Amino acid sequence: MAYVDDFPTDARIVRWNMAVAFLALGIGGLFGMIQALHRTGIFRGFVSSADYYTVLTGHGVLLALVFTIFALCGVFTWGVTRSLDRPLPSPRFTMGWFVLMLVGAAMAAVTIIGGLVPSMPFKADVLYTFYAPMQAHPAFYIGLVLFIVGTWLAGVDWFRAYWQWRGDNPGERIPLQTFMVLVTMLMWYISSAGVAVEVLFFLLPWSLGLIESVDPLLTRTLFWYFGHPVVYFWLMPAYFIWYTILPKLSGGRLFSDPLARVVFVLFLLLSTPVGFHHQYVDPGIPEGFKFIAMTNTMFLLLPSFLTAFTVVASMEHGARQRGGEGRLNWLRKLPWDEPAFAGCALAGLMFAAGGFSGMINAGMNINYLIHNTLWVPGHFHLTVGTASALTFMAAGYWLFPQITGNRLRFRSLATIQPYVWFIGMTLMSNAMHRAGLAGVPRRTAEPQYDTVSFQGVVGGISEMRLQIAIGGTILFLGLVLFLIVIFGTWLGGSGNDSLRVNSSIPAPLSGPEHSPKILDNLKLWTAIAVVLIALAYGLPLWALVSDGLLAPGSPPIPV
Amino acid sequence: MEIHRYEKIWTAVALLLIVGFIATVTYGTVGAGVKMVDDSGGTVDAGSLGDTEFGDPGVTQVGENQYEVHVVARQFLFQPGTTSPIRVPANSEVTFYVTSADVVHGFEVAGTNINVMVIPGQVAEITVRFDDPGQYGIVCHEYCGAGHHTMAGQLVVVPEDEYEGGS
Repeated sequence: MAYVDDFPTDARIVRWNMAVAFLALGIGGLFGMIQALHRTGIFRGFVSSADYYTVLTGHGVLLALVFTIFALCGVFTWGVTRSLDRPLPSPRFTMGWFVLMLVGAAMAAVTIIGGLVPSMPFKADVLYTFYAPMQAHPAFYIGLVLFIVGTWLAGVDWFRAYWQWRGDNPGERIPLQTFMVLVTMLMWYISSAGVAVEVLFFLLPWSLGLIESVDPLLTRTLFWYFGHPVVYFWLMPAYFIWYTILPKLSGGRLFSDPLARVVFVLFLLLSTPVGFHHQYVDPGIPEGFKFIAMTNTMFLLLPSFLTAFTVVASMEHGARQRGGEGRLNWLRKLPWDEPAFAGCALAGLMFAAGGFSGMINAGMNINYLIHNTLWVPGHFHLTVGTASALTFMAAGYWLFPQITGNRLRFRSLATIQPYVWFIGMTLMSNAMHRAGLAGVPRRTAEPQYDTVSFQGVVGGISEMRLQIAIGGTILFLGLVLFLIVIFGTWLGGSGNDSLRVNSSIPAPLSGPEHSPKILDNLKLWTAIAVVLIALAYGLPLWALVSDGLLAPGSPPIPV
Repeated sequence: MEIHRYEKIWTAVALLLIVGFIATVTYGTVGAGVKMVDDSGGTVDAGSLGDTEFGDPGVTQVGENQYEVHVVARQFLFQPGTTSPIRVPANSEVTFYVTSADVVHGFEVAGTNINVMVIPGQVAEITVRFDDPGQYGIVCHEYCGAGHHTMAGQLVVVPEDEYEGGS
């Protein structure tokens, strides 16, 4: 029995979430290619340099928020219902959060795209960080609020399913996938409160003219309170896939369930009290708080290091089950021609590289070298742009047959697609990192100036530009291949094929019975997380608001 | 809880690496004396910069080899910097005070450690040494509006004996 037969209503909501996610990925990816060609000066015929920022805003919002979070909602809905073996409690409630998120995302997207259409009265060329006092149309902020509230309700839905299950299964350990979903959502509730306060209490009333001014540093600090944990909201579903699906795809089973739980608890504790590492070079924030954020950030590397171990160990176990031998020769026995496996494995490999470039970002005084340069998008195209995005695509290859009842179509395209993405990203990202070292700024339509010459540390600037443009184009090609496979599978199948994949997950080598029960004490971990945040943010936020909530104030400056 | 021996080793090495990173950054702060921009520049009313030392921005000599440079960033230029270069002598210690008259900007002197956010209401203070003559490009590295990519400037470090005052 396929998942779609066991849970037809839930399969539908998973499908719709994934469909919205992948449509956003398609549009956002097209914008990305336009940017790669434009800023390198290879081709500037798509948009003017002023409209570049509309495209850039669309790229950021559609990919970093809409794509990732809808994909998360699809994957998590599947994981909760599968691992609890029960449907979500109320289809109507489920439809409610999905529609709310969709309406919010559509409002924000239409407002952004309005920047390209002169006759449309609204604009939101504020990038996905929307720093005040640059002001977007109020519809942009309202859309964001609806979207975030929708994600909160989705979390409520998964918690309700868990509580019902708990009623029937007192004393049992929380199934791993549900545990991961709940911990991720707790992290999200704590951290998205920052952006909710920023938008609801400051930016929205300010854009509507209800308050005259806002404090740009305070709103910016609230954004980054949310802005780092949001990257874990992208990554934790990828980890969820690496821990629970990838071992099976490799032909084996998860190495350790207890350590998977430890890793997710560490993310809950450490994801939020680190936001100041995005503000290392901000004035107005004492150095001590930056230092605290730096140490917390470095310790946040630990769960990712542990994940690297468990994921590789699980893959090795799988390869040895398939007859792999030798110190490294087992690598050959992995199913590199299975797109779901290859996508996850290549995503993990790139994440390792992205982790190392992230350590430079995290290095406080080292950050002077690369802050707001092209290094930074070079870094996060390895993390969210590959570790998350390629993993979600890989999961799509495996999940779409199960949520549609159709066999995967265009298998040969699917087989090469993860490699196409990997090659495109290797070209683009290495060049972006090197250009960043030379000081080339990010977020600009034309990083070519009469008065500034950038000295390449490794390689020349024109060679870097070429690699970025070629890499960006190859990435878009990879995206088109992916969309052909996914929507071909969904729309082109008959619905009664016998599937080659199923949702059963083999038990881990070391199961939850080997871990202390305290790991499942979600209240305890949430309380500790809140205390850590109070320590990291209490004093600096107090200092920012003590001179007046809205002071030093700035009136809105419409885009 | 049972942890595999290799995993214990791996975790120990990972922790060692993390502590090593923290030590490196701490050395940069304490040993090499790399100071982060902080709240020492104070706050300012972005709407009335004219009443402050930003009313007439530019280079001021404050000691034998010490200079202060006040810079206002606004859509889409640096004052001074864009229409005329910022001029300081070689072998000098220069403190920059940078603020914004409108939206958030960036102040990056390409090829140096000068790289700060420029936030309305806040004054970014950063002190650097220029030992040798040279020319540097100044870039606004935070998106600040439709003309963001045109916002740039120049910093010229002139030989000490040729210096005739700032901007």
